[in-house]
Amino acid sequence: MAEHAMYFADDKARRIYLAKKIISRVFVYLFLTIFALFMLTPFVLMVAGSFINYESFNEFSRGADFAYLAFVGPEGQSNWGFENYKVIFDMSTYNFPVYFLNTFIVAIGSTIVTVVTAVLAGFAFARLEFKGKEALFAILLATMMIPGEMMVITNVMTVDEIGWRNTFAALILVHGVSVFYVFYLRQTFQQIPNELYLAAKVDGVSDIGYLLKVMVPIAMPTITTIIILSMMGAWNSYVWPNLVADSNWAYDDLFGTNHSMMLVSNGLRYVFSINDSGASDKEAVKIAGSMIISAPLFLVFILFRKYIMRGVSRSGIKG
Amino acid sequence: MVPNEMILKGNEVSHEKALKSKLISKRKLFQLPQWGVAWLVLLPALIFLSAFMLYPIVNTFLSAFVQHYNYTEHAGSFAIGQFLAGLKGGNEMGMAFGLSNFRNAIIDPDFRKSIGNTAILVIIEVPLTIMVSLLIATFLNSIKVLKGFYQTIFFLPYVTNTIALGLVFNIVFANSKGGLANVLISKLGGEPVNWLSPVNHPTLPDQPAASKFHQGVVIVLYALWNGLAFKILVFMSGLATIDSQYYNAAKIDGASNFTIWRRITLPLLSPQILYITITSFIGAFKMYTGVMAVYSNTNGYKPAYYFGGKFGTDWIPVVGWIYRKLDESKDQTGTASAASLILLGIIMIITAVQFAVSKKRVHY
Repeated sequence: MAEHAMYFADDKARRIYLAKKIISRVFVYLFLTIFALFMLTPFVLMVAGSFINYESFNEFSRGADFAYLAFVGPEGQSNWGFENYKVIFDMSTYNFPVYFLNTFIVAIGSTIVTVVTAVLAGFAFARLEFKGKEALFAILLATMMIPGEMMVITNVMTVDEIGWRNTFAALILVHGVSVFYVFYLRQTFQQIPNELYLAAKVDGVSDIGYLLKVMVPIAMPTITTIIILSMMGAWNSYVWPNLVADSNWAYDDLFGTNHSMMLVSNGLRYVFSINDSGASDKEAVKIAGSMIISAPLFLVFILFRKYIMRGVSRSGIKG
Repeated sequence: MVPNEMILKGNEVSHEKALKSKLISKRKLFQLPQWGVAWLVLLPALIFLSAFMLYPIVNTFLSAFVQHYNYTEHAGSFAIGQFLAGLKGGNEMGMAFGLSNFRNAIIDPDFRKSIGNTAILVIIEVPLTIMVSLLIATFLNSIKVLKGFYQTIFFLPYVTNTIALGLVFNIVFANSKGGLANVLISKLGGEPVNWLSPVNHPTLPDQPAASKFHQGVVIVLYALWNGLAFKILVFMSGLATIDSQYYNAAKIDGASNFTIWRRITLPLLSPQILYITITSFIGAFKMYTGVMAVYSNTNGYKPAYYFGGKFGTDWIPVVGWIYRKLDESKDQTGTASAASLILLGIIMIITAVQFAVSKKRVHY
């Protein structure tokens, strides 16, 4: 809001107005700061905790004072270092490199499939005329309202029946089409003026040629957003991989050893759940595990903040 | 008699005709009619859509009504296939359509518990997150200094991994003196609390297993932390579209800040509020990972199906119950399907009620 010149009856009124304004400002910033701290605390703990050697962290958990966590412990040795990360990436203890590899393959594969299906379908709905277009579009709309659990129940059985359990096919193809991305691209394509299409037709460009040479380049910002969101979705997916990738199943991977098809989230949850009584002796390693899963997301967020926030808020305005 | 013009035109027409026929022959060779192109480019999406979305919806719906659902291997995932295989195998129960799956779900005490748990969490979480995010968005919108900085911080939880940050919350609320929450409580002079663990901690042997209340506090806090970002973003984008003329006019009339917020901001933001309310309710009813992720000690249960307490059912949500049934045995598919239909019914009723209530209050 632009500041306007204000007129007051007298000096006192002006002072009261200013005092009120300052108090409300202080209150606003105080409120925002408190909640910002609430938001940041887990991150700060994660980043800091991941560098505290797990023995020191345990000492702290047993009731040692905060001072213990200073850079130098009581016996003069440093409590800080990369110890936790060494444990995390030790292939004889955990299989995180394998989970990373699995996740990369699934993220790239599912992004390619999702983008191709969404671009093609979005093009059909935005530009082409065909019988049944409205009906098909209504069906697509309706599927967005059905809880995913209903589909999951049958999909798990389908995957088992066609022998896709513990395969990349199950992880990539079952979510090969995203209705939301089809809508998003359709909206973007519709904003491209019809004249371009007619001009291309006069020049003898085919429909597919027009899509690839004109529409896709124009819609590139939207497609970039979809690529990023889809990659992040694969990175964060837990429920579906958990149902179709068994923890005790093994395949010959690039590392020349046998490993499960689990993705990073599943791996993290799996290796850091304690099944016996008592607490883990490696709480800080757990934090480092959270950190290596979160760090790539932060990196992507820093690099593509604009695209991510636009894509997310777009889904909000759409309602 | 043929005028000269016509002859000329005739020439042109024949020329055009030749061009056209050339074009047509080219089209016939290389191009499909438009509807053909349309279905061709829709094909990949349609294959995935029908195989993994439309068919499952129909099939899960049917499975829910198969009486005494018994899974037969290699009979396909289709409910009718299971049904026929049951008939052929001389299933003694006699396969039929009926409501036994719904009955099985409803008589299960854990299912009823899951409905109650989900309802409690929805009632606490949804209004809390909406009100807090609305306040934050309003405040954010009113400041200029550091606005982008705060906005980024509030958006950060959206780009994190639910499982990874669940582990961090688990450590904050660790069942020991050193958990950050317990350190704070100790500094304030209180007794350390067992927040999440179903068993005693070695350093705190007298402590009982975590109570349902304490687990619930952690779950709600995690949901609040996780759920604010998206709502703030949507409210901010809604606030950005409100014309500042309204505010200026109200200021000239001497309206107080609160009156302006109550009489201008809220009504003009009502489409976003309705959208967020509906999506939050739906999302909260489908909650699953948010509950499961905060637990680390799963007392021997599979980590994906543990929701607190001795038997992993303290805070079991409806979706959690469904996945637990699926994990139990394929014979439970029918019961799980019935439960998912009940969930769908609840979501639809609540959405319909919200639309009905909002009709008078939302200004489009």
